Amino acid sequence: MGKPQRTLFLERHTYRRRRLADLARLLPVIGLVLLMVPLLWNEGPGGVATSRAILWIFGVWVLLVALSAWLSSLKLETELDGQGTPRPMAGGPGAAGRGRRR
Amino acid sequence: MASLNLLIGVCLCYVAVLFLVAFGAERAALRGRGHWLRSPVVYTLSLSIYCTAWTFYGAVGYAARSGFEYVTIYIGPSLVMIGWLWAVRKMVRIGRTQRITSVADLISSRYGKSNLLAVFVTVLAVIGTTPYIALQLQSVVESFSSFALADPDVSPNGDSALTALWVAAGLAFFTVLFGTRNLDANERHHGVVMAIAVEAVVKLVALVAVGVFVVWGIGGGLSETMARIDASRLGHWQMASGRWAGLIFLAAAAFLCLPRMFQVLVVENDDESHLRTAAWAFPAYLMLMSLFVVPIAVTGLDLLPDGSNPDLFVLTVPLAAGQEGLAMLSFLGGFSSATSMVIVASIALSTMVSNHVVMPIWLRATGGGAAISGDVRHVVLLARRLSIVGVLVLGYLYYRVSGGGEALAAIGLISFSGVAQFLPALLGGIFWRGATRLGAVAGLAAGSGLWFWCLFLPSFGPDVIIPGGVLADGPFGLDLLRPHALFGITGLDPLIHGVFWSMVFNTGAFVLVSVFSFPSPMERLQGAQFVNIFAHSEAPQGWQGGAAQSEDLMIMAQRILGAADAQALFQDEARRQGLPGYLPEPTAEFLQRLERELSGSVGAATAHAMVGQIVGGASVSVEELMAVADETAQIMEYSSQLEAKSEELSRTARQLRAANEKLTQISVQKDAFLSQISHELRTPMTSIRAFSEILRDTEGLSLGERGKYASIILDEAMRLTRLLDDLLDLSVLENGQVNLNFREATLADVIDHAVRTAGQGARLEIRRDPVAEALTVETDVDRLAQVFINLIANAQKYCDAPRPVLTISVSRRAGQVTVDFADNGSGVETDMQGMIFEKFSRIGHHQAGGAGLGLAICREVMARLGGSIAYLPGQGGAAFRVTLPEGRAMAAQ
Repeated sequence: MGKPQRTLFLERHTYRRRRLADLARLLPVIGLVLLMVPLLWNEGPGGVATSRAILWIFGVWVLLVALSAWLSSLKLETELDGQGTPRPMAGGPGAAGRGRRR
Repeated sequence: MASLNLLIGVCLCYVAVLFLVAFGAERAALRGRGHWLRSPVVYTLSLSIYCTAWTFYGAVGYAARSGFEYVTIYIGPSLVMIGWLWAVRKMVRIGRTQRITSVADLISSRYGKSNLLAVFVTVLAVIGTTPYIALQLQSVVESFSSFALADPDVSPNGDSALTALWVAAGLAFFTVLFGTRNLDANERHHGVVMAIAVEAVVKLVALVAVGVFVVWGIGGGLSETMARIDASRLGHWQMASGRWAGLIFLAAAAFLCLPRMFQVLVVENDDESHLRTAAWAFPAYLMLMSLFVVPIAVTGLDLLPDGSNPDLFVLTVPLAAGQEGLAMLSFLGGFSSATSMVIVASIALSTMVSNHVVMPIWLRATGGGAAISGDVRHVVLLARRLSIVGVLVLGYLYYRVSGGGEALAAIGLISFSGVAQFLPALLGGIFWRGATRLGAVAGLAAGSGLWFWCLFLPSFGPDVIIPGGVLADGPFGLDLLRPHALFGITGLDPLIHGVFWSMVFNTGAFVLVSVFSFPSPMERLQGAQFVNIFAHSEAPQGWQGGAAQSEDLMIMAQRILGAADAQALFQDEARRQGLPGYLPEPTAEFLQRLERELSGSVGAATAHAMVGQIVGGASVSVEELMAVADETAQIMEYSSQLEAKSEELSRTARQLRAANEKLTQISVQKDAFLSQISHELRTPMTSIRAFSEILRDTEGLSLGERGKYASIILDEAMRLTRLLDDLLDLSVLENGQVNLNFREATLADVIDHAVRTAGQGARLEIRRDPVAEALTVETDVDRLAQVFINLIANAQKYCDAPRPVLTISVSRRAGQVTVDFADNGSGVETDMQGMIFEKFSRIGHHQAGGAGLGLAICREVMARLGGSIAYLPGQGGAAFRVTLPEGRAMAAQ
């Protein structure tokens, strides 16, 4: 019963999936940034027309939905469960600290 | 046309359909045919209770008043669901593995199953949700009255309070019927979920239908509608930037913390993989819900007279356009939004109230009575039902007291910000092991206190609860404590002001107190489990087994789970422990399992308290916690030792088995040897005896005859002697008692000697290579010669070729000297090759004399000399290879 080794380098396919999992977790941040863009707009008469605002906000929304649909169809959470998490050692003194990802 | 009676009729039909749907779903689930009930689509649709009547009607009104702000309410949850891999997935996993029943249960469970926290969260949730329920009742009443306005037959001032009462009563009935069917909150409310899924479809269809009608029916197409929007007073982007960001945050926080959202998101979740669908489908749903809001608002502003309530545009625009059918659909959409929210909210709140308020009080009131027999399930169920009714009564009373109107409409966001106070404790609890119970209490207290002061109390308006003077100048003239300008910072939007300060103080107190306090062992156990939910496959034990009586546990479990379920649980556990009957050993593992089962029914804190009563209140202590950790380490150490030991054992067993086999073989060999030897001795003895008798007893034997018989006797005696010599020789060799006389000699001389001794018969031609044979060996020459003689003699005896030839070839290879004796006969059969070196084995049935000991002796001799002898197959005849170690050989100079 050797200690579980964390794999340091991965083959191409797994590597790609891990990075896509990163993207999936980054997606809400990307969405938030894009949806904060209206804060930069000019307000009031002479500012951005409401129809343009509708196009931007709903355009971003549709994009996020599409990306989310694509990413969630890849079942990336399996990558997260294994990533950097040593094999569970129930109650082991150091297990809990190392279990945290991020 | 737009008859109120018709509306009431349609409404009642719709309600009847909902009842049927819920009933059908319950029955299907009961019969195990409810696979489609547990589809990701139904799960996603059930999440749509986020869209209440406040959003269905209110969003349009919101848009008409303040442009795009309404969309923040939808963007927040969309982002949370798109980022489901962060928080939502973890919450769902925790909820499922820990059998969490509500958001209060999650927080209390995480912080050491603290009932204080659970009560705190419950009370705050009730306070935050009650106005929201009142809001739903108001929306239904207002939508009724807007139909009444359009109906000439009905007096415009219908009794709105009565309508609200009827709606509240109907909802209470539905919720009690389908929401408290089973006690275990972890068992899904299939009927309720199915009904809300249907309602989710209805409200989406209704809103989209109105939107499509507005854009293509009234507006005359997409581009025209866009132009019209730009031309209206909402035509340009207008946003208080603080509110845009603040409301997105608030909505996201509320999405995670609202008791009703927690109910559908976590508690009713059947399968974690449903989240994958919900991750995009729910944002899409919200997007569709908000897509047509602005066009409807703009059209309403255009179409309807000034001063009409923009909150009801969804309803009044189709009515004004003479589309009664569409208005009816829209009414049903709003009705669906209101009812589904109220149903789920009251289920969630009732679970919290009964588990965290009623049950602990009841348990205390009945004394240490967890072990008294009798079913307490009816108590729990009754508590839930009463809680549902109570929550709805509260909502109704709030509606009556506040009198409806604008004041109530503003309460939506204030309610959001109230439940958002759970957020630091919730997220801190599942991501940060350092979060402590004291920290959570401090954060919640600070946050909710500020929320009360800055948002909730002022929401009733000046002079209702807070006097106008205090609102303007602060309490006791303390300028710094003005509800809408804390610390003298003015100019902020009141809502953002309140949310900002309450969240800052909440998070700050939570973090600081957590950092400087020390968690109890139970908190640390739970904290480790919650934070590492994806890493821990098995939970550390929270109980020290042994103190509890299984029978007491059984009695208690029967009261909570019901006799059949409890017995099944106990029997299953007993079977797992390898015991017959219904009473398993009260191991720590079993106590943990039992507690988890119970917590599905009555919440973690109550379940813990009940098990604690029986076990004797002895939950985990620091020492035990350390012992648990220690034990695990020891167990791992021990198991690796065990593994090594068992490997060693199996190795020993293998060796023993081999030894045993050998012993058996040897025993068989010994028996065979004995029978052979007696046979070999007997044959010559028989002839010696017979001919001796003839010589003694027969008169008148001729001299020739006498000589012949005497020589036969001699021959046989010699044969016996030879046999005995051989046997003696073999025994000496085998016992290692032989004295070897090592000296140098040339290999050629040894072979010469052997060939001469064996007596080069006329038949056998021997071929040799004198050059190769010129090797000096240091060995026992007589013994080596004995081996060679034996091999040559064998060739003489057994070679069956017409012109027998024996080739003796010598070579040095790989540090060894090999001497091959190969004849040109038919050789030894393959299956005999393994046997020829055994004692008494003779090749074929040749009666060539000899007892079959020769090769056995050769083998022993060679072993003594440090070499070996082997049969060499594939040489076109019988061939033997004698190998001598080179250490004793060197080339002749």
